[in-house]
Amino acid sequence: MDAEPAIRVRSLGKCYDGRWVVRDLDFTVPRGRVVGLLGTNGAGKTTTIAMILGLLVPSTGEVRVFGHPMPRARYRVLHRLNFSSPYVDLPGRLTVRQNLAVYARLYGVRDPAARIRALAEELDLGEFLDRRTHRLSAGQKTRLALAKALINEPDLLVLDEPTASLDPDSADRLRAHLAAWAARTGASVLMASHDMAEVERLCHEVLILRAGRLVARGRPAELARRYGVRDMEGVFLAIARDREARRAPA
Amino acid sequence: MPRPEVRGVRASLGRVAAMILRHWYLLTSSWPRALELVYWPTVQITLWGFITLYLAEAGGSPLARAGLAFLAAVLLWDTFFRGQLGVSLAFLEEMWARNLGHLFVSPLRPFELVLSLFAMSLVRTLIGVGGAATLAIPIHGFDVTAVLGPALVLFFGGNLLFGWALGLVVAALVLRLGLGAEGLAWALVFLIQPVAAVFYPLAVLPAPLQWIGAALPPAHVFEGMRALVLEARFAGRELVLAFALDVLWLAVAGLVFARLVESARRRGLFLQVGE
Repeated sequence: MDAEPAIRVRSLGKCYDGRWVVRDLDFTVPRGRVVGLLGTNGAGKTTTIAMILGLLVPSTGEVRVFGHPMPRARYRVLHRLNFSSPYVDLPGRLTVRQNLAVYARLYGVRDPAARIRALAEELDLGEFLDRRTHRLSAGQKTRLALAKALINEPDLLVLDEPTASLDPDSADRLRAHLAAWAARTGASVLMASHDMAEVERLCHEVLILRAGRLVARGRPAELARRYGVRDMEGVFLAIARDREARRAPA
Repeated sequence: MPRPEVRGVRASLGRVAAMILRHWYLLTSSWPRALELVYWPTVQITLWGFITLYLAEAGGSPLARAGLAFLAAVLLWDTFFRGQLGVSLAFLEEMWARNLGHLFVSPLRPFELVLSLFAMSLVRTLIGVGGAATLAIPIHGFDVTAVLGPALVLFFGGNLLFGWALGLVVAALVLRLGLGAEGLAWALVFLIQPVAAVFYPLAVLPAPLQWIGAALPPAHVFEGMRALVLEARFAGRELVLAFALDVLWLAVAGLVFARLVESARRRGLFLQVGE
């Protein structure tokens, strides 16, 4: 199991009432790598993430996280992973400290108070630790979501649009924190994002989905070369607008 | 070296305690929320207390005795209702907060979630019904512990367990049907009330309804309570039946919950719930 990649996806598909939203996905997220999952709205990113997290049962194929099939063997690995997503929230009536304390205990963190103090310092949460979550700004909520996602020092972090609601300054700080954290811990990260600068800065490799299928993968610079564009923004637009996607091999 | 999975009873209890802590924070975050727990049971017991007083003055001693049974029935019915609501609402809180996705990606097992819902339901019921029962002493001179004695614990438990079973089924149905069906948390229980022999014996009902009532634990709890208050007789058989049926209904509710959670996992509902 130790040699297994963080995530291995084989022939993965999800069908709702005869409509395939994800089909024939094959990819791996190696240990210690940051992998970006890109695609237009409705391309299947969140569905793929949900299947990786064990929140959704695939219709075809399989997902293995650290070698364990999801969702069947999820309790062998859930303590080693964590996530944040705009599709979920933390209870608004609880304070930041209370929410983090609850999740620290759910993940069996040995010293919850010390862990919360460390995260508050790292993510600049200190001044509103005792503020109710529903009173936070969007940016503060995003930082709290990341703090919750890091509470158990995960070996695999899954992030769905981690900087979507942040101003450029906050987003830049958060990216810097994520990059430093991933480098320091050697954790694996799978990150869905619409921010191409973020992807270029953080990701070792990129997977691009369109209509539920994997249409391109590679390092950001390599993809830009392959599509004859300057950067990931150009790659994304080329694929989204269906110009190069059919020609370029995945 | 991968981090070992934290297993065992102690880890499991730690996760249950974390969920109890989450709901305790919620309960203590708002005084209207805490006050509401006591408000409705107190309104009920006050209203029935005056009705009982009126009947006793009009009809004399036999009706006064029946009045005591009415008041005990009000409190025991509320035990069932608050027990059910305690489970359903604690689960609904997770749906309203869009927190289910976080919970189901954490190491929390579904049975641990259920145990925490039961624990919070017990706390809410003790606060609500206990508060009303305490207030009934100075207002009406009605002390339910004196009227029912130690058997009160058995009557309380018999109804609470069925409240938990129904609460779990409601939670599972709302998960499956969406928050549009949240009204079930308040409505379903009143479908049971007419056949649960709360204020009158099962024998009053038409035969088919008697069969339905007899399959429900509260009917036996209330029959047992009336036997004690009106005839000074401890109806052990009724309580054995009530607890046996509780075990059966809890098993059914657990199966329904497990099936509908898995159905939610197939349909991708954990990332879709919310207001």
